[in-house]
Amino acid sequence: MAQVRENKGARKAIVAVVLIIFTIIYMIPLFYIVNTSFRPWADIREYPPKLIYQPSVAAFIRIFTARAVYPPGQAPTEQELKDMSTIERIVYKETNERIVRTGDLPRRYLNSLIICVLSTMITILLGTTAAYGFSRFPVKGKDDWMFFILSTRMLPPVIVGIPVFLMFRNVGLNDSHLGLILLYVAFNVSFAVWVLKGFIDEIPREYEDAALVDGYSRFQAFRKIVLPQSVTGIAATAVFVFIFAWNEYAFAFMLTRNTAQTVPAWLPYQMGVLGFDWGAAAAGTTLFLIPPMVLTILLRNHLVRGISFGAVRK
Amino acid sequence: MVKKFGDFTAVKELDLTIHDGEFLVLLGPSGCGKTTTLRCISGLEIPTSGSIILDGVDVTDRRASQRDIAFVFQLYALYPHLTAYKNIAFPLKAQHVPKEEMDKEVDRVVKMLRIEHILDRKPKHLSGGDMQRVALGRALVRHPKVFLLDEPIGTLDAAFREEMRTELKALHVDINATSVYVTHDQEEAMSMGDRIAVMNAGVLQQIGEPHEVYANPVNLFVARFIGSPGMNLLACKPETGENGQLGLRMRGNNELLELPGTLQQLLKEKVERDHSLVLGVRPEDTTVHTAEQEHSLAAEVYVTEKMGSYHIVDLSYGEEIVRARTSAYVDMEIGQNVRMSFDMGRVRFFDSESGQSIMN
Repeated sequence: MAQVRENKGARKAIVAVVLIIFTIIYMIPLFYIVNTSFRPWADIREYPPKLIYQPSVAAFIRIFTARAVYPPGQAPTEQELKDMSTIERIVYKETNERIVRTGDLPRRYLNSLIICVLSTMITILLGTTAAYGFSRFPVKGKDDWMFFILSTRMLPPVIVGIPVFLMFRNVGLNDSHLGLILLYVAFNVSFAVWVLKGFIDEIPREYEDAALVDGYSRFQAFRKIVLPQSVTGIAATAVFVFIFAWNEYAFAFMLTRNTAQTVPAWLPYQMGVLGFDWGAAAAGTTLFLIPPMVLTILLRNHLVRGISFGAVRK
Repeated sequence: MVKKFGDFTAVKELDLTIHDGEFLVLLGPSGCGKTTTLRCISGLEIPTSGSIILDGVDVTDRRASQRDIAFVFQLYALYPHLTAYKNIAFPLKAQHVPKEEMDKEVDRVVKMLRIEHILDRKPKHLSGGDMQRVALGRALVRHPKVFLLDEPIGTLDAAFREEMRTELKALHVDINATSVYVTHDQEEAMSMGDRIAVMNAGVLQQIGEPHEVYANPVNLFVARFIGSPGMNLLACKPETGENGQLGLRMRGNNELLELPGTLQQLLKEKVERDHSLVLGVRPEDTTVHTAEQEHSLAAEVYVTEKMGSYHIVDLSYGEEIVRARTSAYVDMEIGQNVRMSFDMGRVRFFDSESGQSIMN
């Protein structure tokens, strides 16, 4: 008996160790990026890297601003240094630069947010209603439709890159928010329909029947019964859809230039300006990580919790 | 009314009148169309043809929500994200009943069902019986025209089922609402129904008061289905014996069973000579004798089921099995040769080809 318990304890310990190792391995790149983003300019290229350093937010300032180098012999005077804001002083001390204007990041960041939030919302709206329809009504040729929807994901999306580019140019959707929103909805809605149909299939029809008899219309039954029941599925799908749109690079790169450019399409350009500013790139990446992380953390209860059908005995 | 699903006809030309305040039980084996009938009444299914008339109004084309009908589902279908209170109040919300009145109505049914203590709980924290009561509460809360109950106590355990059966019946007596109750359990049907409608393969077989359906089944299906165990059915042919009296030539072991005068008369009137019949007799109308007996048939004890207050003795009679209900104090040995006799006042005859009773 004691032997068994000991074995169990040992096994648990091994599992824990393995999990910790995996976690560390997975966290290394993340840690490296965040770490780099806080390194002062001079430390970044140092080899071997310093383990202990004075953290600096200069990289974050650089990614948010456009700057110019003080030409030789034109360094700021004592008085000018005194009048500088903290931010300006940090930049000057680290890279001998002065801030010219706000950089391009805030704009790109906003673009990413607008495009991803809207496309996720539209995808979920279309996906939920379509999935409900396929799940509940005798749609003619249902299986064929479902296969057709799935088939849109059978090839890598980039294959249609050039046709989409040409079409967008013809209808004036190039470099527009609407264009990318439509495109991301089109890519994601098939995924959403399939995943959500699975969730809605799991919700017993009796609930809706009960609501119909209780005096509600079909749509009310959907809104009051099916939606609350499928929150878990919707949340999980929303996270996936959002992350897909947030990460999407190829089309954003192809179809946007300026007005609607998203962070993934813009970030690589920063590598070339002023040599390789690894600090700024790392700072941008760190900021870029935050929205999906926040979303995932907010919805984690739904992601983890299975759907519970407490009231229907099977 | 007819209901088809594609090529499959679930309900065939059903013509059923349910009286005001009646407790009607739809009884039949699974897949016989009883639930479909109920769903058509409720408006959850639209009949393929025919019409449904409620209180003199044709509601065939009305949606479920417009029919003022309450439905208690087999699996309760309580909304899992709502508390017991909200589940019960849900139908009132659809009618935009003011909060005060809603509380009053919910309070009324909650008291009637004695579930005051569970109102804050969500369905997954309720026991089967409490879920059942909440489901009933949801049906009772808005004074519907008709209650439809689809095997509402089918999933409860046996002891509790009996309790709920009594409770449901008492509830019906209290509120006197027209109710249609679907079940496959004939005992439940017998004990609860004012009338029973027996269905099989989408066809209504017989409708009548429980004792009538039990004592006088219209066909072989009903005879077999009602009663536990069902009616004994023995193949036979009318034949005139050596004494000139009409008797029955039993196929079991080819004996001639003598008949009383009334039955002779009946067979003479209704049956052509040499027409094959089925004799139906209830186990409790079958008596087993260990000694020689007049008007009896020879049989052999096949197996005895001890039910506590009585025994069911299975007798093998030729290739047929006859079940007899005996007192719990009778001991029979397997293989014992016995005689069996029937209460001839209660036997029924069926046409062996059509399966219909010839008694009416």
